[in-house]
Amino acid sequence: MSEMNEKLVFDRPKAVIDRPTHYCPGCHHGVAHRLVGELLEELGVFEDTILVSSIGCSVFLYNYLNVDAVEAPHGRAPAVATGVKAARKDNFVFAYQGDGDLASIGMAEILHAANRGEKISVVFVNNTVYGMTGGQMAPTTLIGQRTTTCPSGRCLEHEGAPIRMTEIIAGLGGTAFAARGSLDNVKNIRQAKKYMRKAFECQTQNKGFGFVELLSACPTNWKMTPVQANERIQTEMIPYFPLGVYKDTDEGGAC
Amino acid sequence: MSRIAVQEDRCKGCMLCSTVCPVQIIVQSERFNQSGYKVAEVPAEDMEKCTGCTSCALICPDLAIRVYRTPKKKKGDE
Ligand SMILES: Cc1ncc(C[n+]2csc(CCOP(=O)(O)OP(=O)(O)O)c2C)c(N)n1
Ligand code: SF4
Ligand code: SF4
Ligand code: SF4
Ligand SMILES: [Mg+2]
Repeated sequence: MSEMNEKLVFDRPKAVIDRPTHYCPGCHHGVAHRLVGELLEELGVFEDTILVSSIGCSVFLYNYLNVDAVEAPHGRAPAVATGVKAARKDNFVFAYQGDGDLASIGMAEILHAANRGEKISVVFVNNTVYGMTGGQMAPTTLIGQRTTTCPSGRCLEHEGAPIRMTEIIAGLGGTAFAARGSLDNVKNIRQAKKYMRKAFECQTQNKGFGFVELLSACPTNWKMTPVQANERIQTEMIPYFPLGVYKDTDEGGAC
Repeated sequence: MSRIAVQEDRCKGCMLCSTVCPVQIIVQSERFNQSGYKVAEVPAEDMEKCTGCTSCALICPDLAIRVYRTPKKKKGDE
C-alpha cells in the first residue's frame, strides 16, 4: 500500500495554534492568519515575535498565533507597536488591523507610524465593512455597497470615495514597502504571501516601515454565501483596489 | 497517489476549497459536524483523481485540510 511512503505536503504551521476559530464560514481572516504564521516560521522570527492585535473580528488573534501579544485600543495598534519596538528592538513586532480599525479611528496612528519609518510591519485586512459590530460602513466601503449605516448604498456625494490606503501609505517618506494583495484565489494568495514576506523583511533587514493590504471577504455582513463573497473580491473590489506593489525602496526588488 | 484529509470538526462547509480544485472532486457531504456545518468531502471513488496540488488547503480559512502525496512508483509498477 502507498501509505508507507506518502508524505504530508500541507499541514498547519506551528505558529498557528491548533484550535477552532470563532470566524464565520468563508471569512478570510483565517487565511491571513495562516500566511502570517508560515512567514514567522520561514523568516526565523517566530520565537522573537510580538504581535499587536487590534479591535475587530481579529481581536482574538492572540488566541490563534502562538506568539507574545499586546492588545491595542481601537485604531492604536501602530502607536502601540511603535512603543513595543522602541522597548524591544531585537523583537519582530507587527500589527494586524482591519479596515475599520486602521482607516477610520486609527487613521492618524497608521499614517504617522509609516511616515516616521517605524521598523514595524502592518498586515491590513480590508473587507470593506466593520465586521465585528454588524457590518457598518467603513472608509473602504465601495460606492453603492449597502451596509447597516448606508442602507441604500454608499453615496459618493454624501460619504466620499472609498479610501485606498496602500496608495496613501506608499506616498509617505518612511514607508519602505507597500503592496496590496488578495486572498480570493490560489494565485493571489501565493502572491499576497510574497508581498507579506517583503513587508516583514523591511523590518528584519532594518529598512523601514512595511505594509500589506489584503483584500478579504466578510460573507456574513455582505449577506452572501462564502463562495459569492469570494467572487465579489474579483468582480467588485479588485477593479477599485488594484493589486500590486505601490512602493518598494529595495531596488530591483519587485516581487 | 495523492489524497486529502478533511478534519471534519474544523470544517465550516464554506466550500471555498471546491472552487479551486483543478479536478473538481470536493463536494459538500450530507453530514453535519458538531457545530452544525455540512462538511466538505471527496467521495472515496474520486480520491484517486487528487493531484496533491494543495490548492484546497491554501484557500481553506480553517486549516481543515491536510494534503498527502505519494512519490510516483517506478514505471511498470502499476
Ligand atoms: C473606541 C471604540 N470605538 C468603537 C468600537 C466598536 N468597534 C469594535 S470593532 C469595530 C470595527 C472593526 O472593523 P474592522 O477593523 O474593519 O475589523 P473587521 O471586524 O471587519 O475585521 C468597531 C467600530 C470600539 N470597540 N472601541
Ligand atoms: S463578521 Fe465578517 S470579518 Fe467577522 S468573522 Fe464573520 S465573516 Fe469574518
Ligand atoms: S490537493 Fe488539489 S487535486 Fe487534491 S483535492 Fe485538493 S485541490 Fe483537489
Ligand atoms: S475550505 Fe475548509 S472549511 Fe471550507 S468547506 Fe473546504 S475544508 Fe471546509
Ligand atoms: Mg473590516
